[in-house]
Parts: sequence; C-alpha cells; structure tokens
Amino acid sequence: MADNRDGGGANDGRGGILLWLLVPLLVLYVPFYNKMDPVLFGFPFFYWFQLAWIFVSMVITAFVYYATEPK
Amino acid sequence: MPLNITALVVFIFFFALVTFIGFAAANWKRGDLDQLHEWGLAGGKFGTLITWFLLGGDLYTAYTFIAVPALAFGAGALAFFAVPYTIVVYPFVFIVFPRLWSVARARGYITAADFIRGRYGDRWLALAIALTGILATMPYIALQLIGLEVVIGAMGVQLAGALVYLPLIISFAILAAFDFFSGLRAPAAIAIVKDIMIYITVFAAVIVIPYEVGGWDKVFAAVPSEKLLLADNLGTYTGYATLFLGSAMALFLYPHSVTGVLSSSSRHVIRRNAALLPAYSFLLGLIALLGFMALAVGVREMPAYAAAFKQYGPNFAVPALFLQVFPSWFVGFAFASIGIGALVPAAIMSIAAANLFTRNIYREFINPNCSPAAEARTAKTMSLMAKVGALLFIMLLPHEYAIQMQLLGGIWIIHTFPAMIFGLYTRWLNSKALLIGWAAGMLCGTWMAASLNFQAIYPLVIGGTTIRVYIAILSVLLNFALSVGLTLVFNMSKRAQKDETLPSDYFALEGIGGGGH
Repeated sequence: MADNRDGGGANDGRGGILLWLLVPLLVLYVPFYNKMDPVLFGFPFFYWFQLAWIFVSMVITAFVYYATEPK
Repeated sequence: MPLNITALVVFIFFFALVTFIGFAAANWKRGDLDQLHEWGLAGGKFGTLITWFLLGGDLYTAYTFIAVPALAFGAGALAFFAVPYTIVVYPFVFIVFPRLWSVARARGYITAADFIRGRYGDRWLALAIALTGILATMPYIALQLIGLEVVIGAMGVQLAGALVYLPLIISFAILAAFDFFSGLRAPAAIAIVKDIMIYITVFAAVIVIPYEVGGWDKVFAAVPSEKLLLADNLGTYTGYATLFLGSAMALFLYPHSVTGVLSSSSRHVIRRNAALLPAYSFLLGLIALLGFMALAVGVREMPAYAAAFKQYGPNFAVPALFLQVFPSWFVGFAFASIGIGALVPAAIMSIAAANLFTRNIYREFINPNCSPAAEARTAKTMSLMAKVGALLFIMLLPHEYAIQMQLLGGIWIIHTFPAMIFGLYTRWLNSKALLIGWAAGMLCGTWMAASLNFQAIYPLVIGGTTIRVYIAILSVLLNFALSVGLTLVFNMSKRAQKDETLPSDYFALEGIGGGGH
C-alpha cells in the first residue's frame, strides 16, 4: 500500500515535506502583525498581512499536495 | 423600514429558483435515496469542485456573513480572527481528514460516532460523541434563522401578531421539503448557486463602496483608533491566538463538516480542497471589512435605519450598508445570497444531526435490526424534527439564548478532539479514559463560560499577569490530561483491545462494498 500513501504516512521518505504545513501556523505570533505600518493600498499592516497570509498558506498547501501526490 | 418591492421580487425569484434546484437535485448523480448513505452522504460521489462549493457553503454560513461584520462594526480588529482561524484549519484538514475519509469508506461509516464505535468498540463513547455533535449543531441551525430574519426585515416585510414568523416558517418549510426529498444532493446543488451569488455580492461591495467613500484609507479611518488594532498587551494576544486556534480545532469536528468530508468521492478531493478552500477565507476577510464600510458610510447615524438597529443591533450593519449603497434590484440579489446562505448550512446541519441520531442512537440503542429503508426513513424524519426544533427555539426563546448556545457549541464540540483526532492515529487511548476526559472537559468548559456570563475568553491570572485564553482551549487541555493520565492507569491491567479497523484502512482509496458496517 506504500505507493498509495500520498504523504499520509510519515515514514515513506516524503514525510519531511509535510513539515512545510507548519509555516502557516506562524500567524499564531500575533505581536508581529498587530501594527499600522507599513500601510498598503490604505490597508493597515494588521489587515493586509493576514489576508496575504491566506495566499502564502494556499501556495504551501498546493506545493505539498503536488509533492506528495502519488505519481 | 418601508416595503422594498423591487428587492423583494428579486429575492423571491432566487428563492423560487433554488427551491426548484433543490427538488431537481434528487435525480442528480442518481442513487437509491432509501439508503442512508445515498440520502445523507449523496453516495460519496462529489468531486473536487462540488465539494469546494459544498464545504464553502457549509462552513461559511449566513450567520457568519451577518455576525462577522457585525463584530467588526462593534468591536473592530477582534473580528478579523475569522481570517487566521480559517488559515490554520486547512493544513490540519490536509493531513488528518484524508485518514477519516479512508477509514469511513473502508468500513462504511457515515458519521464521526460510527468511527468511534468501530475504533474503540465502545458504544457509550460513541453515544457521547454523537450527543455532543447534535447538541452543538442545533443552536447553529437556529442561528441561520437569525441571518434570514434580518434580511427579510430589512426588505420591510414586517408582519404583525401571529404572522410575525410567517416568512421564516415558509422558508424552513421549503427547506424541509427539498431536504426530505433529495437529501444532501439538495444543499450541494444549491450551494453552487449561492456561493456564486455571494462572491458577486462581496466583490461588488468591495469595489463600489470604497470608491464611494473615497478609498480604503477612508474606510479604515472610520474605525475608532483604539479598535483598529488589538490592544498591545500579552493577554489580548493570547486571547486572539487561542480564539482562532481553538475555533480551527473545532471546525472540522462539527457534524456538518464531517458530512461534507465524507460525501467527497476520494481522499484526493479532500487534499485538493484543503488548498482551494482558503479562497473562501479571503472572501470572509473582505466580508469582515463590510463592518468597517458600514462605519464609513455612517449607517448607524441615519434616521432611516434607527428603528431597525434598535431591533436587530449590530447585525443590521450589513443590510443597512447594502440598502444605502446598492440599487434595489441588487439589494434583492445580495439579500437572496444571504437568505439562501442560511438554507444551505441549515440543510447540511440537519442532515448531519439526523445521520448521528439514526446511526448512533436509533440503530445502536433502539432498533438494532432496522432495515436500510427504515434507517433512511428515520433520518429523514429526524432532519425534519431538527428544523422544527430550531424554528421553535427562535420563535419561543430570546435570540440571546441561541447565540449563547452556539458559543457553548464551539466549546463542547472540541471535546470530541482527543477521541476523534488521536483516534485516527492510534488506538492507545483507553475509551473509558476518553469518556471521563470528555465529561470533565464539557463540564469545565460550560462552567467557565457560564461564570463569565457567556464570554468566550477566560482571564487567567498567573503571577499578577492576566493571560486571556479561549475557554475551548483551556477545557480541552483538561480533557487531554485526563484522557492520557487515566489511560496510563487503566491500561496497566492489559486486556485485548477492541478495534475493528486495520492500519491499511486509514489509507484506503476505495470502499470494500456499499454502505453499512
């Protein structure tokens, strides 16, 4: 079954890629982005950073998906 | 509010359209609707795109679309917790939920509690999980009605006396009928229409309104400066972070989320959706900002909306904003997207609660030898009862109760985490230990919330510093500690552990036969 594991099992040599999924969790460190500056298109940093982080998180998840999908 | 005929006509047109779609959905991806897994999971046939619409329509509800901007309108930055909440949830879904899909497909599980029953061989733990799911879902269904009520009121439909709830009753009667008839296929088909309408509405709003008020900087300038950012202290930071982390841990434990996951056609569909669903998070972030736009347009100060704000509170911020800036026909369209946005999750939630009742209470404890047809019939009846219950809840009790109950629901459902999520990886935990941990966590969480008069965040004072922590996180830590600690004690007397699942089940790509385990 190992060839079907699509990264679901951590011991197949591709498990390390899953660690990338911890990156979105950096949003837990709130003081980093609880700021006004830099302002972007009128958005305070607090707002545009969190919105931008959605895309970072999507790209990482998509990357991990393609890296672990069985060929 | 004066009666807005144009808006009402557009609203009714779209309601009629989705009613038609709801009934027609019975023939979509045709299956025998007298089987529970066909009625209640649509046979598990939904691909990536439909699952995306279904889960999007399911998780981002009408109440969310009213309440999140209302929170931004009243409390400012705190409302933006909805964004990181839905950021951290998807990597978690990506890793964990394909395992649930696989074991459910391999063993014919329809509910989370089915999995608990099979994994731990303990019907009482499964009952606890099922009851928690039903209890957490009921007030959530009721809250959808509040979203519907606000937009109907905003179109000036104000009936007196006994007729006051007539529009809600009609809406829910329609919902109940197509649900009964088509099962999960109905909300899935309607979700496609509803989600497209929501995207159009929100994109129109974020393009038109900032332009009208003179740019995004004017939108943010309208927020009182002390509310534009979180207060700069440790307690506020821990409060914000634990609130979104705890909400994220809870989200996919809700029965309606599990139903959405299990109705998909493969584990790859779930993995793909973990990368695609954040598109809705972006939408939700924009929706939160509608609260700030309502401040910038100044709807609260306008005499035309004074009475409605008095009646609905900050929940009226978004309807007032739309009435103020959009032409009537588009107001009808936007309100229809919110109104239909109430029907989709309410449908899925009542189906999910009905599946739990049927599988884990009726078949387990009342009628173990029921036929598949009787099982499906029971579920259909129960989904009807769930809707009547929610309707009575809103009609007979103050709305405050539904909101408090939903807050408690989030705190309750997280207590299924140890049994469910750890259970997907290991059979080590003892089912009696999990049951005690669950009970202690439920009691502790409920007590903490009640003692704060139904606040979500508990101020812990440690060595003179106040650390604010979401009650769900605090109480689930107690649950974890007891589940692990008591497992160590109970497992000292080694007995054979019951477990019908095999390690390979958690990676299964296909089922070993139809429904029923």
